Amino acid sequence: MSNEAAIEVDQLVREFRKGPRAVDGIDLTVSPGEIYGFLGPNGAGKSTTVLMLTTLLPPTSGRATVGGFDIVRQGAHVREVIGAALQEAALDAILTGREHLLLQATLQGITGQDRQRRATALLERVGLSEAADRRVGGYSGGMKRRLDLALALVHSPKILFLDEPTTGLDIQSRTALWDEVGRLARDDGMTVFLTTQYLEEADVLADRIGIIDHGHIVAEGTPPQLKAEIGGPSVEVAPCDPDAGDRLAELLARFGDPRRNGHGTVTVQLPGGETQLADIVRVLDQADLKVETLQLHQPSLDDVFLAKTGRKLEGAAEEAEAEAESGGRRGR
Amino acid sequence: MAVDLAIEGLPARASSGGAGLLEQTLAVARRSAVRTLRQRGLLIFPLIFPLLLFGINGSSLSSATKIPGFPTHHYRDFLIAMPFIQGAMFVSITAGVDLARDIESGFLNRLALTPLRTEAMLVGQLGGAFVLGVVQAIVYLLVGFATGVTLVSGVGGALVLLALSILIAFGFASLGGLLALRLGRGEAIQGIFPLLFVTLFLSSSSLPRNLIQTTWFRDIATYNPVSYLLEGIRSLVITGWDGEALALGFGFATALLVITVLLSQPAMRSRLARA
Repeated sequence: MSNEAAIEVDQLVREFRKGPRAVDGIDLTVSPGEIYGFLGPNGAGKSTTVLMLTTLLPPTSGRATVGGFDIVRQGAHVREVIGAALQEAALDAILTGREHLLLQATLQGITGQDRQRRATALLERVGLSEAADRRVGGYSGGMKRRLDLALALVHSPKILFLDEPTTGLDIQSRTALWDEVGRLARDDGMTVFLTTQYLEEADVLADRIGIIDHGHIVAEGTPPQLKAEIGGPSVEVAPCDPDAGDRLAELLARFGDPRRNGHGTVTVQLPGGETQLADIVRVLDQADLKVETLQLHQPSLDDVFLAKTGRKLEGAAEEAEAEAESGGRRGR
Repeated sequence: MAVDLAIEGLPARASSGGAGLLEQTLAVARRSAVRTLRQRGLLIFPLIFPLLLFGINGSSLSSATKIPGFPTHHYRDFLIAMPFIQGAMFVSITAGVDLARDIESGFLNRLALTPLRTEAMLVGQLGGAFVLGVVQAIVYLLVGFATGVTLVSGVGGALVLLALSILIAFGFASLGGLLALRLGRGEAIQGIFPLLFVTLFLSSSSLPRNLIQTTWFRDIATYNPVSYLLEGIRSLVITGWDGEALALGFGFATALLVITVLLSQPAMRSRLARA
């Protein structure tokens, strides 16, 4: 599959009986070895897409190939080349971490000593060697997620699906998982399809990002490309004297359209990028205007989401839930 | 594109197509058995309730042996079959709730992503039932012996009783699995469970069928397969080697197992819902 896409999706649709189209004609291509971040709020269609691509949910229409295999007609082949850690770390609280791995390895056809050695190696890789023989019911959320990842890797898949792998984890566990996912793509050449509702996660991990909202992909590109699409960085200047706001706005007007934020603070977008920062400092100095703070803001993926959907990503989830609820009431 | 997880000395990829059917079945059965053994409540409480009823009914209904034609002078010899069936009915709820939990938690989806075959999952999940069936049969027999029950068929009969008991446990476990696959929720299975007990009380559990005076009750007990499961076990205790009773007991237990496994297959395929 070296010359073909790892994942290719063409007009994929999933419609549920009493609801709207969860996924509404999406197209995307993921290259081998790439980390593709699928970013969107709850209810946007991320998990439904993953369930379809992992063959666990048949699409209503459209076509997709994973590892070169059709997800509908060649499901068994697809499952051979993928590993998946789905949204809930579906583990058996009564079994130990090692027992999970041995069961998974057996079902994947790994035999004899290889089974034990692979289980041990994977436990070590995800940092669970010490907890390997403890029941999973006593694991923390981060440990469960790491075990979930190890289980997805048992049969050395070429393509890894991670559905919101860090939801609910503390920052330490989240960072550890990011490191491991990064290593899988970088060192092992694994293709990773990662869904997330965390902007930072997509920004840090993904080579390319698809932003999904209401079942549609509303933007796609590398994080810098997406941010560049909505313009350059902005600078926010707060004068020492709040009454100097008008004068400050006048000075900054030569760089762009100044926006007053209260207490004399003025923000201006820099179409020329951060190189204009030096000019701003020079102009303020020459005008002898004393400045309390001067901050450069790079555009974030949240700005991209806002620009593409008219909403901030945080809060989009609540809105989606409210919509679903009112839709459900209408349905009844 | 080669993906090697850099585990020294190991093949980069698992064998194509996964493990064989037997290996898959044994792996699932082992998990089921381990789960059962580690949940002591599953072992102890289903043992206690049938033994309590055995103790109460054994004392309060002992005068039934005075009814002309009653097949034994010791009511406990007659009654000992009942805990075996009650225990098996408890196995159905254990197996059903376990599978429902796998469905609800997404564990079944995890298994669906492996090359696990439907048959391996259906048969393998009976591993826990095997453990419960063996433990229950041994405990009920020991308690029976301790309270004066004698096994007319001897040591050979005890082994056949153990085999029949395990087969009945398999049948009821498979019924629990079928309910789990159809209903998908543990609470729903627990809600249905009392109905199973009704079938036990509408059988020859307390009196031989030919001595039941009420016609409708006798007719229901005659058509109720549970009567034949009881009578198969009972025959080994009070009759000796009764080919017909054993054939009917083993026959109905096998039928329960085969029918429920067959009915479970499409339901399991639909639950695994993979392309």
